[in-house]
This record gives sequence, C-alpha cells and structure tokens, in this order.
Amino acid sequence: MGIVLVSAAVAVGLILFGIFGYLRTYPPTVSAVASSTQPNTVNLTMQVDGAVGTGPHPNWVGWYIKNGAGKWVRTTLVQIPERSYVHVTVLEYDSGGPLRNEYWGKVSGTVGGSVNLNGKNVSVLNGSSGNGIAHTIVAPGLNLAIPVWGVNGNASNFCQAGPCSPAQAHNVETFTFYSGTSTHSYRWQCFIPCGVGYLNGNGGPMSATGYMAGFFKVVA
Amino acid sequence: MAASQQALAERKQDDRRRGWQIFAVWFVLVVITDYLVWFVWGPHMPPGTMTNTAAAQQFDFKVLTAMVVPVLFMVWIYGGYVLINFRAKPGDRGDGVVITGNRKVQGIWYVASTVMVLFLAWFGTFELISNNGIGTGGGPSPIWKPNVKSPLVIQVIAQQWRFTYRWPQFGGMETTSLDLPANTTVKFDVTSLDVIHDFWAYQLGVKADANPGVNNVAYTTTTSQLGRFTVRCDELCGIWHGAMYNYGHVVSRSAFYSWAHQMQVQNAGVTKLLPPFSLTYTPSYSGAGGGYYPSYDPNGSTQTY
Repeated sequence: MGIVLVSAAVAVGLILFGIFGYLRTYPPTVSAVASSTQPNTVNLTMQVDGAVGTGPHPNWVGWYIKNGAGKWVRTTLVQIPERSYVHVTVLEYDSGGPLRNEYWGKVSGTVGGSVNLNGKNVSVLNGSSGNGIAHTIVAPGLNLAIPVWGVNGNASNFCQAGPCSPAQAHNVETFTFYSGTSTHSYRWQCFIPCGVGYLNGNGGPMSATGYMAGFFKVVA
Repeated sequence: MAASQQALAERKQDDRRRGWQIFAVWFVLVVITDYLVWFVWGPHMPPGTMTNTAAAQQFDFKVLTAMVVPVLFMVWIYGGYVLINFRAKPGDRGDGVVITGNRKVQGIWYVASTVMVLFLAWFGTFELISNNGIGTGGGPSPIWKPNVKSPLVIQVIAQQWRFTYRWPQFGGMETTSLDLPANTTVKFDVTSLDVIHDFWAYQLGVKADANPGVNNVAYTTTTSQLGRFTVRCDELCGIWHGAMYNYGHVVSRSAFYSWAHQMQVQNAGVTKLLPPFSLTYTPSYSGAGGGYYPSYDPNGSTQTY
C-alpha cells in the first residue's frame, strides 16, 4: 500500500513538474553584438519568415535572430545595452499586404526618422501598393515603429520554411534606434494580424513570445 | 405586579438614556467625519477635476461617502456600545434582560433606510444622464449632448494592443499621442478595429467601450487644470492587454494648436495613405494580413466635420 501511495505521489509530482516546466518555457535571449567600428553601437541581425519551420509550431510565422556566433536562433528576446545605438538589419522573407491601419506604414523612432529598404531611404511605406507590408516591429515604450516590406509570395525562390537563406527572395531593411538611458524590458510586437487561421489574425503567433511578440531587454 | 411595572418603567427610562448616549456619540462623530470627508478628503478623491466629467464623478464619490458615514458609524458605535455595556459580568450566571421591540426605533430605521436608498437610486440615475453623462460612452446617439456648436472631435481607434487617435478637424491625421486643449469640449468617437477594448482616460473621467463596427460617443470638457492623464484599456483584450496604455496631456490652447500643426506636418506622408475619416472601420474576418480598413469598407460611413 505504501509503495502504491509513494509511486502515485511521485507520478503526480513528475506530471506537475512537466506541466509547469512547459508553461515556464521561454525562448532564449540573444545579445546584440558590439560594433567593431562604431563606439556605443551594437549590431542586431534579424530575419522574419512566413513559416519558422522548426519547434512546436513550424507553420507559424516568426522571427530568427543571429547570435554572436553567427547562428540563427528562433526567438524574439533581445538584450541590448543602455545608452547605445542599435543598428538593426532585417532580412524579410514573408509576403505582404495592406494594413488593418495604414498608420503603421509610418516609420518612427529611428535615427533620421527613416529606414533603408534595399538601399533606399524611406519614411513611409504604402501597404496597399506593390508587395505590401509583411510585418511591423513596434515597441511603444521606445516610440519605435518599423514597417517591414514584403516579398512577392509567388516568387519562384520564395522561402517556404525558416531559417531562410539569402539565396531566397528577400528584402533587406536597416535602421538604427537609441536604446535609452535606463534599463527596462520594452515589449515589441507586430501590428499586422498575421496569425493565419486565428480570429482576426491575432491569435497564435501574434500572441506568442518567440514568434510575433517579444522584448528588447535594455541592460546596464 | 406593581414592582415589575416599576422595573419596566425604570428600564424604559434607562433605555432612553442609553439611546441618547449612543445618538450623541454618533451625531458628533458623523458631523466631524462628514466635514472631513467633504472638505479635506473630498477634493483629493479620484479622478480629480481635470474635466467636468471627472469633477462630477468626484462630487458623486463625495456624496456617496458622506452618506455611508452615518450608516457605518451607527452600526459600529451601537455594536461597540453593546459590547462594552451589555457584556456579562464575571460570575453572572443569570438570564439576560428580556428584549422587547421598539416600534419608534424600528420605524425610524425603516424610514431612514428607505429614504436613503430611494435618494441614491434617483441620484445615481440623474447623475448618469444629466449634465455630461459622467463621461461614459452613450452609443452612436447619446441622450445628452453638450450645448456646444463645434466640439473638438477625436476618434479613438483601438487595436490589439494600442490606441491611436484620429483628428478629422486636422486633415484626418492620426497620432499615437493625445494632447487636449484646456477649457474645451471634446467629443470622443470610440471604435475598434478588432476585438472589444475600452478607452479609459482615468483623470479625464471618460470611459467608453471600443467595439468593432460601433461608434461609441463620449463627451467631456477640460478645465483650466493642465497636466498628464493616463489612458488604459479596461476590457481584457488579449495577451498584451496589460500593456495597452499610454499618457496624454491637457495643455494650453496655444500649445495644443502648436502640437497639432506639428503633428500634421510630421504625419503628412502617412495621412494621405489613410482612408477617408469614417465613424467605424469594420475589419474583414478573412484572418491574417490585415486586409481591410480602406474606404470601400461596406460597413464604414464617411463623415465630415
């Protein structure tokens, strides 16, 4: 009888450990890489894919961030130092479209008030034209809003699953923002309801850290 | 028989004396506390006096608190008096005093309670619909509208998980920040692009649900008090509901017009991409990709101010 009770208690404990362990699972945090040429500057390279290709939800749209060793890590948690300029390079591999609110086509919070899209400086993107806007990086606490231009979804070399490679259809968008003077975790999210198959497109990856929501962790 | 009648008379006299004691303590404490509630605590009660709706809410809180004090104190003082005076003495094993009813006291209690409840019912209803509707959204056609020819119109657009503000009287520009001029009547047209949110400008005393496909109108009038106010979503709307807030400012009229014109210039590039100002922007339910907001939205209706 005693053995049965102890075994049952151990089993319940293991189940609870597994459940809470799963619930507490968080994607890893990647640190931005210090610039070798510019003082007080860090570099951050990100890619956004129509389907991340790995993990529990391989069909979900999501982000990869390059770590210091040059490897792509599937996460949206980034650590950046305070009082620094963060130079971001976004490799965009997903198709785009019009915005639910075209206001989010406006760039704000960057040095110079613009982004460089495929070599051209722009401050507003019209989501209702061309390939449209695929995603946005909006961090309200940093007053940062970046529309990310989409690629042609019918391109023969359209990336079907991440992490994608530069040989596949993509756009390159670069911008620089200031990390601020205090330590804080700034929430950022996409403002395009890109959770395919969920009500209003706002469920699934839109509500999941590591896919379309994350944090810029500004540290001392 | 005569002895028991005398005991009864003595007891009635004793009850009357105790009743007056309780009443005296209650009356003095209520007068002092209500004075403090009205004149000391009252002016600091939320949500303040930044707008007429906020001031009206503060007045309501003062009235409700002042009215609850007599009730609360009667219960506390009577309970405390009984605990102190009517407890059994050490060694007393006898029965307690026979309890008899007192129609006069009961009648006063019933009448006072009824008057108070009826007054509060009338007061609450009156305050909800009179003057300014206490800053709540009154739907597309509010019962009460301020007697102002052209209020400042601001459309509040809620979206998971941010508020933006559209200004039809300033070329239809849209902003993420909210500045208001002092001493001005403001009309908030509140709507949503996705799920149900709630626009709660706490210090302004304005709180209106943001429903997709619905224009919920709320009015307020700013006072001369300048300062910062908080805007929060007050309807659980998804994972980042707790982060759906921002701050606004009530500024002087000159500072407001300066800010508004600066925003017009700053946002000119994106303003021309926005659809014509409409009271609602119903999203399609096609799912991902945004897909709707343009002027051909069949459920939207353009509006000119």
